Amino acid sequence: MLARTADNLYWLSRYVERAESLARILDVALRLATLPSAYAGTSNEWESAIDIAVCRDDFFRHYDVANQANVTQFIIAGPDNPSSIRACIEVARQNARAVRTAITTEMWEILNDAWNEMQRLRFQSFTSKDLTKFLAFVREVSLRFDGAAYRTMLRTDHYWFQRLGMLLERADNTARLLDVKYHVVLPETEPVGGGLDYFQWSALLRAVSALNSFHLIYRGGIKPWLVADFLILKPEQPRSLISSYETLNRVLDLLAERYGRQGPSQRLARQTYSQLQNLDIDTLFQTGLHEFLEQFIADNNRLGLAINDQYLQ
Amino acid sequence: MASESVFDEMGGVEGDPRQIYAEVAQWFRQASPDLIANRKAEAEAFFRRIGITFAVYGDEQGAERIIPFDILPRILSNGEWIRLSEGLEQRVRALNAFIGDVYGAREIVRAGIVPEDLILSNPAFRPEMTRIKPTAGIYSHIAGVDLVRTGPDEFYVLEDNARTPSGVSYMMENREAMLRLFPELFGKLRIKPVDQYPDELLATLRSVAPSSASREPTVVVMTPGPFNSAYYEHSFLADRMGVELVEGRDLFVRSNVVYMRTTEGPQRVDVIYRRVDDEFLDPLAFRPDSTLGVPGLMSAYKAGNVTISNAVGTGVADDKAVYSYMPEIVKFYTGKDAILSNVPTWRCREPEALAHVLAHIGELVVKEVNGSGGYGMLVGPHATKAQRESFAAKVRNNPSNYIAQPTLALSTVPCYVEEGLAPRHVDLRPFVLSGADKVRIVPGGLTRVALKKGSLVVNSSQGGGTKDTWVIEDGAPRASQSQSQKAGA
Repeated sequence: MLARTADNLYWLSRYVERAESLARILDVALRLATLPSAYAGTSNEWESAIDIAVCRDDFFRHYDVANQANVTQFIIAGPDNPSSIRACIEVARQNARAVRTAITTEMWEILNDAWNEMQRLRFQSFTSKDLTKFLAFVREVSLRFDGAAYRTMLRTDHYWFQRLGMLLERADNTARLLDVKYHVVLPETEPVGGGLDYFQWSALLRAVSALNSFHLIYRGGIKPWLVADFLILKPEQPRSLISSYETLNRVLDLLAERYGRQGPSQRLARQTYSQLQNLDIDTLFQTGLHEFLEQFIADNNRLGLAINDQYLQ
Repeated sequence: MASESVFDEMGGVEGDPRQIYAEVAQWFRQASPDLIANRKAEAEAFFRRIGITFAVYGDEQGAERIIPFDILPRILSNGEWIRLSEGLEQRVRALNAFIGDVYGAREIVRAGIVPEDLILSNPAFRPEMTRIKPTAGIYSHIAGVDLVRTGPDEFYVLEDNARTPSGVSYMMENREAMLRLFPELFGKLRIKPVDQYPDELLATLRSVAPSSASREPTVVVMTPGPFNSAYYEHSFLADRMGVELVEGRDLFVRSNVVYMRTTEGPQRVDVIYRRVDDEFLDPLAFRPDSTLGVPGLMSAYKAGNVTISNAVGTGVADDKAVYSYMPEIVKFYTGKDAILSNVPTWRCREPEALAHVLAHIGELVVKEVNGSGGYGMLVGPHATKAQRESFAAKVRNNPSNYIAQPTLALSTVPCYVEEGLAPRHVDLRPFVLSGADKVRIVPGGLTRVALKKGSLVVNSSQGGGTKDTWVIEDGAPRASQSQSQKAGA
């Protein structure tokens, strides 16, 4: 398989997943913004959205204030934002077009329709209602795309590269969401787990479509360390870091088997996975959640680079 | 051929159909307007779906540039086809021999048949090729020869395309559409299939792999990329052959061997079916600003480690000036008279021809030797007196820059146009595959239609459309299938 084809498939999925994550980030912020300040804490949820979406510098180059109008505008379709939702869909479609015969018709149509819809929408005149509808639409595009890939692609290296992109991006996003929540959203003086961040945690769980499943697993109230446990260490939770790495490992093994060769990607993924398997949430909090997540994000990036070196060029 | 009446290949919209069209004419004449409308809608739906893919590949705006498709097929009898294909094979063999000679000993020049300056002044002439010998001496592995017809037995070659002829994907899709639309006709008539084309193309390409290649040579299709208007065809062919579709940046040259970058590391490439023009192939050899090419490709080619298909420099054989010599070229290399006629061409560089052209300028089409797309051209019968006179002055001034041809009464086939069924002019582009082992021609080719009334221009950019081309066995329809007629109609 051409390295360029693999590269297109990989980035195509990364960008679709990223578009979905951005929509979820805005969802959390929107939900928090509707709460009276006594419940939502003193932090600025719009600023934290900017931090999770890692576009702080770009944003403040264009706007003075992080408020709903500016942030949603910027994240959805900011003219100079190379990773806006619109840009993600556009780049995903470009990648798909370059490998049109390597993906299925179903996958292509979902992306092409989404792109056409983006061309039609007038983001400037969005009402709150339009915004909610739009965010649901983006999540649906990603769900449908993922479903189409899962149900229609041949299980060959084409499929595995598509999965790799999605999983790597997902792990990155989950880690970021958690990290920002712990260390940017919460004011210094407020102890983690104080009463007022209950709504923030539930909003976060809702944002990753995990509120109901959280209750199914834990049966108790929402506690911050349980949320962290859920999103980092629970293999049952498909967005958790450990679940992403379990699948990443499997996919990388399939590639190694097919090509008859192991490499740095397999080694790095295995390291991170076994690290996650040997962790429990208490140790994790003792050593520092933020430090752990920072390390994880760096390792995840390193894996991305290794995959790039090993397969994509 | 100077006759005024136009030959309709079906026998007209109303009159007795020619025998080869009997079944088809009967079907279309008996069909209710509703049924026709229905089939047309089906065809449109089919092509809109394909059309979406065209836009996908070709058009940034997603604007559908679907080439109009007519549901009434264009039919040739097997007997007609055999004669045509013999002529095509002969002509393309001669073309290949000519190109080899041009870049070799130039015997045809020494024999005084083709003037040397015609070759050396040709912008498509590539001096590099005098030092390169392609496998089996074949240069144009894929040739498209444009044919027109003026009567039951009168076919003419209008143009040779020896570089990178396109349109074969339309040929295959047209057939796909017709198979869905008219299963009853396919059941009754012995229509020769065309869907083996990708296999034959692959066999042809493999046969000309360099001798240093492995027993299973690696073939790729090379495209300028998704923004090229024929990208759809490039990916279609790669897909159907089961080979990689590469861009220049996917390839690299090391120690004069071409490799592609794969997920498993570099993989050697033996044959490149390139749909990239000569001057963009290798920035080290041709245009240094080309980003579509592969640096070092020409030196790998020269070292005999890769086959470029079609070979570099084949354009020297397909311009209008060389065209006029084709009867002599065929005779020179095959020892036989050309089976397929040229449109008679007067070369104004020759004094007698010049005198004839100037005397009959009102009846002729006069063209610049290197002109294309209708520029630098006079259509005598449609021109005013003043236009003729000023053009005649230009010809007198620089005779060797001009050729002249009679205006042909091109044959028609009925088409569904807004007013209903009406005759429209057609041409035919068969695709001739020349391998080291043999020449392969899929029966038929691409029929193009000038959809504008009276128009002779079949180009898709100027309102041209296409039809499926059927080559069918002469004689009675299959007896065993006669039941299906009632059920189908």
